[in-house]
Amino acid sequence: MTEAAVCPVPHENRVHPLGAPAGFAEAISDGPVKMLWPNGVEAWVISSYAGVRKVLSDPRFSANKDGQPEMRTEGEQVLGLPEPGNMNVMDGDAHLRLRRPLARAFMVKRLNEMRPRIQEIVDEHLDAMERAGAPADLVSSVCLPVPSLVIAELLGVPPEHQALFQATAREMFGKNGSRAEYEAKAEELDGVLLKVVQEKKASGTTDDLIGLMVNDTDFQMDELLFLAIGLLAAGHETTSNFFGLFTLTLFEKPDQLAILKRDPGRADVIVEELMRYTVGRLGGAGLARRAVEDVEVDGVTIKAGEWVAVTFQANLDESLCPHAGELDLERRAVSHLGFGYGPHQCLGANLARAELQILLRTLFTRFPDVRPAVPVAEMDFREDMITYGAATIPVVW
Amino acid sequence: MTVRIDQAKCIGSGQCVLAAPDVFDQSDDDGLGLVLISEPPAELLPGVRDAVDRCPAQVVTLEE
Repeated sequence: MTEAAVCPVPHENRVHPLGAPAGFAEAISDGPVKMLWPNGVEAWVISSYAGVRKVLSDPRFSANKDGQPEMRTEGEQVLGLPEPGNMNVMDGDAHLRLRRPLARAFMVKRLNEMRPRIQEIVDEHLDAMERAGAPADLVSSVCLPVPSLVIAELLGVPPEHQALFQATAREMFGKNGSRAEYEAKAEELDGVLLKVVQEKKASGTTDDLIGLMVNDTDFQMDELLFLAIGLLAAGHETTSNFFGLFTLTLFEKPDQLAILKRDPGRADVIVEELMRYTVGRLGGAGLARRAVEDVEVDGVTIKAGEWVAVTFQANLDESLCPHAGELDLERRAVSHLGFGYGPHQCLGANLARAELQILLRTLFTRFPDVRPAVPVAEMDFREDMITYGAATIPVVW
Repeated sequence: MTVRIDQAKCIGSGQCVLAAPDVFDQSDDDGLGLVLISEPPAELLPGVRDAVDRCPAQVVTLEE
């Protein structure tokens, strides 16, 4: 008897740029299903809200990503290799040793103190956009530079190296990235960061994240540099993409945009709902874990050694909230999976929240008539990265 | 009704502070979660239950 063929994971040809890859929703509609990734690795795809939470929090699933299912069709694994400081691939105490000391830099109250500065950065960029006049590209005017400056400030690195930070992030998150090219960029960035580390050592500061790591943790230099590069890259690619995706989602749903404009003071709750819906609607299978022993999830047994990938389409699961498939900005905040779940949940989530709240509120308050200069479906989207977003967002106001 | 945080496994994500700011805080020393009111009055319980649900490390508990 032969086993049924494992179908390839749908990962291309989004029917709508803000929707899932063609065929993805159908492929997962009957519960857990094993699929084949473009790099030849098979994994179970888990799509229920409870199932995704289980995979991401149960210690019987390891975060070790060596040999993981990936969207690349060529090249070699760039991300997720076991190296000093790569807490994303660590489990248990080894992970906590690196993760916990970073919590102070992302504390809710510390980020609240940063809000006036974030506002200032946002205002400066919107001023510049207004001065240059319509049409403008929201991505290059706001989406990219704002999170880039904010994360540089949080880490305590000079902003003049912005271009290098962005280039490193691109190498890191490229689907068919080259390990050698990433290492070359990382080495260049190490040179910049080593100078910063010396300055922090001399001043003894713990006011920024690098100062904190240098002067108040037991991190080794190679761990510290890896963490700093990872945080810089993550801070660039994620918030900038999501601010763009949120804006496009609102352009397409004027009745929902009206809710934000009517009550910009609710930007905190609105960002949670936009995160839930946008991430859920994009679908696709991403984050992988590997079972270290047999575990039952959603009625199937994941055998020890098998890979599991979760889909955040679980954010549209009716067990999370009623009419979960719709964007409802009047909804109260629910426990969505937009920042992941479990001990590896996005470290920068509270920073991203602050930035997205300020960006959205300010953009639509200052430019109440801002609108896309071309239809959303005709815009260019970046499909060559494991992170996804619009390449440009032409707007007028 | 007793609220607890298992400090040994807390990752300091601050989700509890967002869910119930009157009941939780984060320590200035290490960023980890702190319980400000361990026996919260009834009106604060919805927020506490939300914190239990949202905690990514599953370390917030409410003993009913």
